[in-house]
Amino acid sequence: MQKTEILESLREAYGEELAALGEKNRDIVVLDADLSSSTKTDIFGKKFPERFYNMGIAEQSMVTAAAGLSLAGKTVFASTFAVFLSNTYNVIRQSVCYNEVPVNFVVTHAGISLGEDGPTHQILEDVGIMSGLPNMKVIVPVDSIETRRVIDYLAVKKKNPYYVRLTREKFPVLNEESYEFKEGKSVTFRDGNDITIMAYGIMVSFALKAAEALKSKNIDARVINMSSIKPIDRDAIIKAARDTGKIVTAEEHSIYNGLGSRVSEIVSEEYPVPVKRIGMPDIFGKSGKGMELFDYFHIGISDIEKITENFYREEFK
Amino acid sequence: MEAYSLNDLKPLAKEVRKKIIEMVYTAKSGHPGGSLSITDVLTVLYFKEMNIDPKNPSDPNRDILVMSKGHASPALYAVLSLRGYFSEDLLSGFRNKNSDLEGHVHRGIPGVESSTGSLGQGLGVAIGFALAAKLDHNPKRIYAILGDGEMEEGNIWESMLAASKYHLDNLTAIVDRNMIQLDGFTENIMPLGDISEKARAFGWNTIIINGHDFNEIINAIETAKSVKNRPTMIVANTVKGKGVSYMENNPKYHGAPPKNEEEYIRALNDIEAM
Ligand SMILES: Cc1ncc(C[n+]2csc(CCOP(=O)(O)OP(=O)(O)O)c2C)c(N)n1
Repeated sequence: MQKTEILESLREAYGEELAALGEKNRDIVVLDADLSSSTKTDIFGKKFPERFYNMGIAEQSMVTAAAGLSLAGKTVFASTFAVFLSNTYNVIRQSVCYNEVPVNFVVTHAGISLGEDGPTHQILEDVGIMSGLPNMKVIVPVDSIETRRVIDYLAVKKKNPYYVRLTREKFPVLNEESYEFKEGKSVTFRDGNDITIMAYGIMVSFALKAAEALKSKNIDARVINMSSIKPIDRDAIIKAARDTGKIVTAEEHSIYNGLGSRVSEIVSEEYPVPVKRIGMPDIFGKSGKGMELFDYFHIGISDIEKITENFYREEFK
Repeated sequence: MEAYSLNDLKPLAKEVRKKIIEMVYTAKSGHPGGSLSITDVLTVLYFKEMNIDPKNPSDPNRDILVMSKGHASPALYAVLSLRGYFSEDLLSGFRNKNSDLEGHVHRGIPGVESSTGSLGQGLGVAIGFALAAKLDHNPKRIYAILGDGEMEEGNIWESMLAASKYHLDNLTAIVDRNMIQLDGFTENIMPLGDISEKARAFGWNTIIINGHDFNEIINAIETAKSVKNRPTMIVANTVKGKGVSYMENNPKYHGAPPKNEEEYIRALNDIEAM
């Protein structure tokens, strides 16, 4: 499975796919809040200026207008950086979620991998914030291919709002071109019966590399991409608990209210096994080179390897 | 407190601009455009107008400045270090994981009063400082530095209502009116029109100046001190990227450092020739 690693930008995949879909689907409208050159909605904006609204540095205005456009029947995509969408938590709650309108929020630059802009921008709580909203669904594509498939999926109008979390950096391509996104389903990238690592985003690639290293220590780790965070693949979680007895979660997010919390809740209700959460503790990020910050915060590849190995060898009564 | 004269300001501002360029070039990231446009205003405030003591940054009687457009951190950090809040050597660590100089303005840095970076919050925080000063009968002055693009944030206008309601004549907001935001020119992205007229309608005293003319900056700040019962908004007409020929009025250098050694040298030479 050691192919040469191809890196591709998820936000560029988003912008390109959106522009391609706009050709066929004249109901698609796109909003941004003065970050279109970074979120890549500018690709759509240049092609379809009459269906693109740059609302300025005014996220609440963007979200409320998105709600209105959606109530009026349009297929709506709204983008900004993840952290700035969270400015509007209660606006999303009332005008989008409580209204039950299918606005697609596709946000970029989430997490520490955004790098130099630093703690003010590195949101690490958004998966929890958005998952807590009734009606909202939350998806974190793992690579450029999954990003395209998720955007294709959302371009066919849904009943619910969605929160799609993208990042700034280019990430390894893990899926085949033929991949199809299935809401609520996980994808097992590596089989193994000793321990399971469940992850999303860049942590899936990291977990795969950690799992390769663990092989030489006779630990056979299962690695699962949990891109559909809400709804989540309960069956895969329970099966992992049954098959491997221990679960590690890895996320570019706070360990509170993210994947680790969800997995812990589900196994403790349905099939209690020990869970180890890898992610950011209750802290802010740091300015620095995005991909160097994972080691800095001890959530990089070698950390996942070490933590998983220790956890595997740990005896629980 | 050292006394800086009008003649000191020009060389100081040049030094600040060079430091801005060095910081973003070393970090290979950061926001030169809006740092260079606000340099002259910050230089006047920290070296001439504000009642501050870098040796005693928590003096309860000090004037307060909230840098609401927190991406202009290079400008603020450079001014603070030149003013003596911390060593100039630290500037080279900007945006580096082994340094305390975070990419956006951070309260952990000596002289910084409030963390910013997400736009639209600083004016409200400054209002909090101004309300507290009124309660304490403390004559200190409160300043907020806003971007013009930042004025599109709803919270700015909510805060403007509050400042007016509470007669915050101890508050001066300075808008860096460089006509450019991130995606392009403000009047294309979200037209702001006549900001000073809008602020007047919100009950503010307003002054329009050339934000690169030291005399005009000083006079406006002094005038604001004498106005009673109303907050003052100074709309400082500026040039984004001021001092670096290829950055001036160029939206591409909102958030991009000099691309290569040649651009870097050119930037420093342009500034030297100002
Ligand atoms: C709430 C929020 N939305 C978006 C951004 C991203 N952003 C950073 S700087 C900027 C443009 C700021 O323009 P302006 O206020 O005019 O600043 P200046 O031109 O003086 O640099 C944007 C949109 C942000 N920092 N905060």
